[in-house]
Amino acid sequence: MVRVTSRPDETVGGARPATGASPAPDAAGLGRARAAGFLVPSMVLILLFLVVPAAWTIYLGVTNYRLTGLAAAHPEVVGLDNYTKALTDERFRTSLLLTLQFVLGSAVLGQAGLGFAIAFALRDRRGPLRRVVEAFILLSWILPSSVVAFLWIALLDRDAGTLNALLGTPGMAWLLDHPMLSIIVFNTWRGTAFSMMLYAAALENVPRSHLETARLAGASTWQQLRDVVFPRIRGHVLTNLLLISLWTFNDFTPFLITAGGPEQRSEILAVYVYKVALSGGELGFGAAISFIMLLINLVIALIYLRMLGRRERA
Amino acid sequence: MSAITLRELTKVYPNGVRALDALDLEIADGEFFALLGPSGCGKTTLLRTIAGLELASAGSVRIGDRAVTNLPPGQRDVAMVFQDYALFPHMTVRDNIAYPLRIKKVGRAARHDKAAGTAEELGLSALLDRRPGQLSGGQQQRVALARAMACHPQVFLLDEPLSNLDARLRLEARTFLKRLQRELGVTTVFVTHDQAEALALADRIAVMEGGRIRQVGTPTEVFRRPANTFVAGFIGSTPMNLVPARVHGDELAVAGVRLPVPEDVRGRLTDGEQVVYGVRPEYLDHSPEPVPDALTGQVVVVENLGSFSLVSLDVPAGDDGATSVQVVVPEGREPAPGDTGWVVPRPGRTLVYRDGELVTGAAAPPVPAPRTGVAADA
Repeated sequence: MVRVTSRPDETVGGARPATGASPAPDAAGLGRARAAGFLVPSMVLILLFLVVPAAWTIYLGVTNYRLTGLAAAHPEVVGLDNYTKALTDERFRTSLLLTLQFVLGSAVLGQAGLGFAIAFALRDRRGPLRRVVEAFILLSWILPSSVVAFLWIALLDRDAGTLNALLGTPGMAWLLDHPMLSIIVFNTWRGTAFSMMLYAAALENVPRSHLETARLAGASTWQQLRDVVFPRIRGHVLTNLLLISLWTFNDFTPFLITAGGPEQRSEILAVYVYKVALSGGELGFGAAISFIMLLINLVIALIYLRMLGRRERA
Repeated sequence: MSAITLRELTKVYPNGVRALDALDLEIADGEFFALLGPSGCGKTTLLRTIAGLELASAGSVRIGDRAVTNLPPGQRDVAMVFQDYALFPHMTVRDNIAYPLRIKKVGRAARHDKAAGTAEELGLSALLDRRPGQLSGGQQQRVALARAMACHPQVFLLDEPLSNLDARLRLEARTFLKRLQRELGVTTVFVTHDQAEALALADRIAVMEGGRIRQVGTPTEVFRRPANTFVAGFIGSTPMNLVPARVHGDELAVAGVRLPVPEDVRGRLTDGEQVVYGVRPEYLDHSPEPVPDALTGQVVVVENLGSFSLVSLDVPAGDDGATSVQVVVPEGREPAPGDTGWVVPRPGRTLVYRDGELVTGAAAPPVPAPRTGVAADA
C-alpha cells in the first residue's frame, strides 16, 4: 500500500494536513510564542536603529536645536516653524526641483533606460564580449563612491581633465558650466549596473517563442518591446524604478564632486540637508527637511506600489 | 502558388555545429508535410530556416515564386505555431488572434471582425474575451492556430504541434488538425519526433538524421519500404527486425535457416555477400507448428498491446550467438514464453539492405493493403 504524505508547506487549495504531533496553527508548526521569539532580535535592532532615530528626527524637527550656541544646550519647541520656513524657502524649493531633475535624469532615464538598452542589446550574446561589458559596468558599481568621485573629478577637470583632452576642448569647466549635467551623467554611469543586471534577468523570462511570434507577424523592434517585452517585465520595471528612484533621491555622492556648487546649482536635497544641519549647524531645521524628504520618499513608493498592485489585479 | 523549394540549404551555427547539410527538398502547394527525426537531427532548424528565424549559411529558400532566403520573417508571408503556443498572456483571445493584423495596420473593427470569424471556424467564439491563462491546453492550441490563420499566410509552420497535449487530447487534436489542413488547403510543414504522428498526419514525410534527409516519401512508402536501416529503425511503433544475413545463390542464410531471396531483388545480390535482412513485426506471421521458409527460435517475451501482442523470439544469429526477432501476434493466439515458435515473412514484405541502404528491384512489386490499426499506434 502506498501512503501519500505531504509536507505542511505543500498543501493545495487551502486543505490543511493533519499535523498530528504539533497542534500549532501555522505552517511551520512553531506556535505563536516560539515564532515571536524568532522575531524579537530583529525587531529590537529595527527599533533601536531605525524607529528611535526616526522618532528623534521628528522631535528635532519641531525644535530650534542647533549644533552650537544657546539652542544647543536648551532647545525649545517651535512647533511647525521649521516646516513653514522650509516650504517658503526659495533655496529649499530650488533644491527640491534639482533633486527631481536628478532622479528623472540619472535614475529613470539614465540608469533604467541605459541599463535596459544594454541588457536588451546583450540578451542573445554569450561569450567574451558580454562578460567584458558586464565586468566593466559592474566595476563602476562596486567601486567606493569616494574613489569614483575622485576619478570623475580627474575626468572633468578644467585644466588637466581627461575629457577635455579627448574632446580637444582645453579649459572647458564642465563642473562649473554644467554641474547638474555632470552629476546626472556621473550617477548614470555609476548606477547603470544594477538596472542592467535586473533587466538582464527579467529578459530571460521573456519566452523566445513570444518574440519570434511577433517577428513572424512583422513586428518592428519597438513593437516587439511594446507588445511582448514590456507587458512581460512590467513588474521588474516598476520594482527597479522604485528602488533606483529612492536611492537616487537620497544619494549624497554628488556632494563629493560639486559640493552642491557652484552657487547651489547642483544642491540636491541630501546635500542641502547636510549643509543646513551640519555646516550651518541648524539641526532642528535640517531634521524638518529630512522628514519632508521621508514623506516624499513615501509618496514615490506609494505611487509605484499602486502601479504594481494594478498590474496584479489586471 | 505556395510550394516551398529548398536548394543546397546549409546552416552552420557559430559554435560549428552543422545543423543542415546541403539539403534539397520540394514541398508541393497545399501539401501537409512532416519533418521527422530524433532530437538534434536538424528538423527544427529546418523549420526555423523556412520561417526566417534562422538565416541560412548557404543555399536558397523559395516560397511560391519568391526567393525569401534573406528576407526577415515578417516579410515571408508564413505563420508559425510554436510548441508552447506563444500566446500573449496580457491579451485576450480576440487580441491574440488579431495581433498579426494589428501589426499589419488593419483597423480595430476590421481585425476584431476577422478574429471573431476565425474563432468561429475553430469553435472558439465563446472564449474571445478570456485570457490565455484561463484556457485548457487544447483551447490554447486552437487560439494559436487561429492567430496563424487570421492573416491568411501562404505557409503554416507547426513546431511539435501536439507534444504539449495529453495523450487523449492529442488524438483528438490530430484528427482536428488534419481536417483543418485539408479544408484550408494551405501548404503546411510540421516538425515532430513522433513517427506515429507523422504517419497519421502527413501527406509526405521527410525523415532526417544529422542535418540530412534520409528519405522522403508518403507515409506508406516510408513505412513499407524504408530506404535505409536508419529509417527502418525509426519508423513504426515497433522497429523493423534487422537480422544479418549472407547471400547463397538464390537463398539468404538468416538466423540459422535458409530463406529465398525476395523476388524483387533477385539477381541484384552477389553470392557470398553480407547483407541485412529486414522485415517488420507486423509483416511476420507466427506459427506454433513448423512451417517452411520460417525463422525459428524460442519465445522469450510476450508484451500485450491490447488487440495484439508483441512477441520476441531469440533466434540464432550466425556465429555470434542469438539475436531477437519481434513479431505481432493477434489476440488469442499468443504463445507462452519458453515455447518454440516459427515466423514466416509475408511475401513481398521483406527487404534487403546492403551497407545500410535498401537494395531495390527494377520495380517494387504490388503489395496488398497494410493491416490497419497497428502502424499508427504510438
